[in-house]
Amino acid sequence: MGRIFKYVMLDIMKNKFVMIYTFILVLIGWSAFTLEDSSAKGILTLLNLILLTVPLVSILFSAIYIYNSAEFIELLISHPIKRKKIWLSLFWGLNSSLVTAFIIGAGIPLLIFAEPPLSFLMIGIGILITTIFVSIAMLCTIVYKDKAKGIGLTIVLWIYFALLFDGILLFLLFQFADYPIEQPMVLMTALSPLDLSRILILLQLDTSAIMGYTGAIFKDFFGTTIGMVVSLGLLILWGVLPFAYSLSKFKKKDL
Amino acid sequence: MKWILITLLLLTSKYALIAKSLHVGSNHSFKTIKAALEKTENGDTVYIHKGLYKEGNIIVNKSITLFGIDRPILDGDKKYEVLSVKSSYVTIRGLRVQHSGYASLDDPGGIKVYDATRVTIIDNELYDNFFGIYIQFSTHCLIKNNKIVAFGKEEQTIGNGIHCWKSDSLQIIGNSMKGCRDGIYFEFVNNSVIWRNTVTDNIRYGLHFMNSNNDAYFTNIFSRNGAGVAVMFSKKITMMNNTFNENWGDAAYGILLKEISDCHLSGNTFNKNTAAIFMDGCNRTIVEKNAFSNNGWGLKIQANCMDNTIQSNNFLKNTFDVSTNGTLLLNKFQYNYWDKYTGYDLNKDKIGDVPYRPLSLYSVIVENNPTAMLLYRSLIVTLLDQSEKKIPSLTPENFIDEKPLMNLLKL
Repeated sequence: MGRIFKYVMLDIMKNKFVMIYTFILVLIGWSAFTLEDSSAKGILTLLNLILLTVPLVSILFSAIYIYNSAEFIELLISHPIKRKKIWLSLFWGLNSSLVTAFIIGAGIPLLIFAEPPLSFLMIGIGILITTIFVSIAMLCTIVYKDKAKGIGLTIVLWIYFALLFDGILLFLLFQFADYPIEQPMVLMTALSPLDLSRILILLQLDTSAIMGYTGAIFKDFFGTTIGMVVSLGLLILWGVLPFAYSLSKFKKKDL
Repeated sequence: MKWILITLLLLTSKYALIAKSLHVGSNHSFKTIKAALEKTENGDTVYIHKGLYKEGNIIVNKSITLFGIDRPILDGDKKYEVLSVKSSYVTIRGLRVQHSGYASLDDPGGIKVYDATRVTIIDNELYDNFFGIYIQFSTHCLIKNNKIVAFGKEEQTIGNGIHCWKSDSLQIIGNSMKGCRDGIYFEFVNNSVIWRNTVTDNIRYGLHFMNSNNDAYFTNIFSRNGAGVAVMFSKKITMMNNTFNENWGDAAYGILLKEISDCHLSGNTFNKNTAAIFMDGCNRTIVEKNAFSNNGWGLKIQANCMDNTIQSNNFLKNTFDVSTNGTLLLNKFQYNYWDKYTGYDLNKDKIGDVPYRPLSLYSVIVENNPTAMLLYRSLIVTLLDQSEKKIPSLTPENFIDEKPLMNLLKL
């Protein structure tokens, strides 16, 4: 696995796209904290970065990369190497390069400008979101062999998680406004890694006070150590499950 | 006959002029305050020297001055009301009054004034009392430069810092209150002024008006209270140049205005409050030249408010500048500066040519459905707000600042 991993890493480095991604993250990360007059504003800018840019880049880049290395994968499969190894190496290669880019670009300014518990949480969530969307991208490439369809699916999924899911939540909120729906809503957010991450970070910011009663319910759940562990566990599950499913499919796939 | 009258007059005036000084202390003629008080007459001064005095309830029923030298300590042993003032023209100065009793029936205080006029309470320290200073049925009292510290944990087990009940023409100046239920409490208190107080970390409100009219508070600082100031069921209250900081938490407000009319808010600064001003059933009130910054909500104005004018204020970096709970708006917004305003000014009169709608769609949604706060800072909310700004459809049509300012007001 080590050698394939190394080739994938080297190939991604040569690609330059990850370099540009890192550079843009550095630019946004530093300017967010140095141009805004309070670090709270910078944190909100980075929150948007983590919730929108990071998933979009992770899912698109991973999908495109895997479609482009289809021939490389076929070549590898013709050798006596386990399919599991190939797929895992691809995953780790993509994931570690994107995570490294995130840590260099957004992690360092966060460590410098934000307070310790919050900065670690945001970096941790950024890494998890990268992993989750790489994993979802790999599932998409398995579902569709056709490149156009596969990339289309990744874009639709990104729009779903970033926008449509919240729209559905809002719709449900209005439909069930007469019922005590706060607690079911806590469960609903677990269905979207981005919502879960957003709420986890918001509760650490002092803006959480304006979230009122709903905020209090969330704090009761996510603010405790158990809640934190459960929600981080959920995020890890979001990263593991799509990949595990894609792996089992890849093993049996007729290429 | 004439001479007799003159002699009599001289004699009486002589008596009036003889004011004794009595000294209390371990090395002085009186060992206890109560012993000294028995020997006093109107106009005397009792000097209390340094020491700890545990004498239960001390009642002052003559017009005298109690003067503490090197801050003597009067201790209520957690059982008694410490000082009860039952006479007019009493001055209390330089004492430390501590550990008053706790009772929910007769509300013992550190210093309690009953039916008196022109009582002066200056430069005392009140430490760990149930009520700090309690004024009832009194007029023309001056409460100045006192320091009140209490350690309340919950509303039921602690009294107010300065509690005023059915009084008139009080002056409350330069005091500090910390850890009480309400810093200052006014009920049926009229024509009074509150000036230059520092009110911090109280459990409920910094300053609380109930059924009190024609009062004013100026240049006070209210920080980290449950709510900074609550004005309820009152008329003609003037609120100027106060600072409201970090009244932050669930259901915390800078100022809570409920069922009031003809008030005037001017020159106040609101920073980092959950909701800077909450207006409920508020009529004919003018809110002008205030600065709202870094608040969760700048102004929460309920639909039952009427004929209020909100003008020449600065709104900066608030999550929501204003919000309301209905579609009706009978108030006037004009000449405010909104940092979220994106209009232009072609004729350079420093007033934006495009009217500004300060009410965001999301704030309306949250007001109707608080659970929607769940979507705070998500992409869909930003998109909804932007589309509503361009094509207003759901927010009240008349919630509008026709003349928004282009530049920040200098306040």
